[in-house]
Amino acid sequence: MPWNNPRRSLAMLTFTAAIFLASALLLYSSPEEKRITIYSIAANYSLPVLDRNGDEYVGLLEVFEPLGTVSAKASGTRWKFRYNDMESEFTVGKTRARIHGGDFELPSNFLLENRRGLVPLSCLGTLMSRILGGPVTFNQNSRRFLVGNVAVHFTAQVSKTAPPKLVINFTAPVNPTIATEPGKLRMTFNHEAVVAPGSYALTFDSKIIPSASFQESNGAAEFVVAAGVPLIASFSDNGRTITLEPPPQATTPASSAQITAGTAIASPAAGPTATVASRRYFAVVDPSHGGEERGASLSDQLAEKDVTLAFARRLRQEFEARGLATLLLRDGDSTLSLDQRASLTNSAHPAIYICVHAASQGNGIRVYTALVPAVTENRGPFLSWDTAQNASQPLSRSVGTILATELQNKQIPARSLIAPLRPLNNITTTAIALEVAPPSDDVSQLNSPAYQQSIAAAVATGLANLRDRLGTDR
Amino acid sequence: MIPRHLVIGVAVLLAITLGMSLYVWRMRARVDRGDLSAANSQAVAPPVSGPTEQVTLYVAYDDAGVLRPKPVRIPLPAGRQERASELLRALLNIYLDKVSPHPLGAGSEIRDLYLVDPGLAVIDLNAAFADNHRSGVLVEELTVVSLVQTLSANIPGITRVRILVDGKERDTLAGHADLSNFYDAPAVTQLAAQLQNAQ
Repeated sequence: MPWNNPRRSLAMLTFTAAIFLASALLLYSSPEEKRITIYSIAANYSLPVLDRNGDEYVGLLEVFEPLGTVSAKASGTRWKFRYNDMESEFTVGKTRARIHGGDFELPSNFLLENRRGLVPLSCLGTLMSRILGGPVTFNQNSRRFLVGNVAVHFTAQVSKTAPPKLVINFTAPVNPTIATEPGKLRMTFNHEAVVAPGSYALTFDSKIIPSASFQESNGAAEFVVAAGVPLIASFSDNGRTITLEPPPQATTPASSAQITAGTAIASPAAGPTATVASRRYFAVVDPSHGGEERGASLSDQLAEKDVTLAFARRLRQEFEARGLATLLLRDGDSTLSLDQRASLTNSAHPAIYICVHAASQGNGIRVYTALVPAVTENRGPFLSWDTAQNASQPLSRSVGTILATELQNKQIPARSLIAPLRPLNNITTTAIALEVAPPSDDVSQLNSPAYQQSIAAAVATGLANLRDRLGTDR
Repeated sequence: MIPRHLVIGVAVLLAITLGMSLYVWRMRARVDRGDLSAANSQAVAPPVSGPTEQVTLYVAYDDAGVLRPKPVRIPLPAGRQERASELLRALLNIYLDKVSPHPLGAGSEIRDLYLVDPGLAVIDLNAAFADNHRSGVLVEELTVVSLVQTLSANIPGITRVRILVDGKERDTLAGHADLSNFYDAPAVTQLAAQLQNAQ
């Protein structure tokens, strides 16, 4: 028996421990998923980067889908790709491609996986520029693509007031995620094409806010402010200006004070009292389900998560065509929990939250508002999570009823109902859910662009007419 | 020359193999026809006999997407908890019928029902009920409201209802209707009234 020999026992134990350690290291050191982010006038979205044969690749259909009408057809080794009226042809295992009748040389071979055409990432900027017929800026290090003139520039200046304030002015509204850590306040821009100022490192003539730096990586940009005291952030000028300043009690002993979690507050607290002045978005549109959570199987090929995303994109387009800034909570096939959806919405302070669902039963559209559970007590300034919708419920129900009536007036079958549907009850602003059903018994019609467009246009018009009631001038 | 007893043995074995194959083939055909699942969906407890009482079941109708009160006469036992169980059994029988206005998945059952004072009812569904339920906001809402309203409208004193699946908390019924919170009987009554209108 090996256990009778102490040397062997020790060797076996060491071997087991080494295996255990190696497994633990492998589990805990899995690299961050590589992503690219594409910013354009039509949409800002993020896509995964695939490692194939030592090169980085991306799916061409996914890249162009949010920008226009795309289709692809595989025939043998040839893969024909169509974006709007522009035709391209790629050959599996070859570097030569044809774009709108002209030759295009890929840096490595074109790949086809499950009918998805993959192209090397390093040439995507040039390829997009050729297909879109316009300038595309590609930052290879940060994997950020800017299609057309969408860059958001900013300046940062510390005022000479007491206490000093760091005023950051952007050329377009922004809504970063703000986090704090000892001595730092970090603003992450996932949805805005914020680009670097003249220098990546900024220094200020202030002991309280001495410096800041700009970083870009893996499809996102970060602006990190070093500070000797806790800072709070406030938004003004419709999200174009962010002011960072110490709270009144933290202005004196500069050197010893540290920023602690929760002291830097991104815009006003997540309560129903958010002011209109700080509002960046008119609507937050939430395509339900996504990622591993497919939602209902509407047919053999059609998953609810795909229909909700397509419809939500159209709804955003319709809102923005009416000059109403809109945030899409999910602009790809990603998994978001209900709590995450509610948190993101509450911190964005939109005038209205719209959750999109799809169903194969019935027809037309159903507008839901929250069935809020039995009243639980709020604790001081903190709202109960389960009943956060309470204060906004009367307006939500009124908006739901008016919207359903307006849709009926446009000959779209519509009902307004109350439903036990999360995260409606966790939202602090006006909140509705839309369940889109097919126009007839044919479920495939749910995915019809014409049908989705007609419903999205009608919903956007109905809600745009209610903007005064929703307390926004946007 | 093959011994006679060996020939007989092989013949018997072949006959048994053939017989078993036929039996398995018939069993498979039966499963494909759904005979077994239909048999499984029947209530395990024996039906209650005795004098009948009029009660109102709140029945979901998918074609119009509505909930309608349906007065029925069913035999009900004396105990409060047994009466509640019997009510839900009667409701489930409608949904599991071949011509169902709101079909539930095969094997759907209510495992248990507890009445906990003051005013709390806990409905424990089996896993098949939730796993095989169709997914959608309205279709799930109809099921939940139908169960809760049937209970609270017929059993006096029920003010709150909690729905569990297989004895455990579950976030949603089939991806939409929230099961993580208690249902207030008055709020559900309001909901049931709203669901009675097709428009």
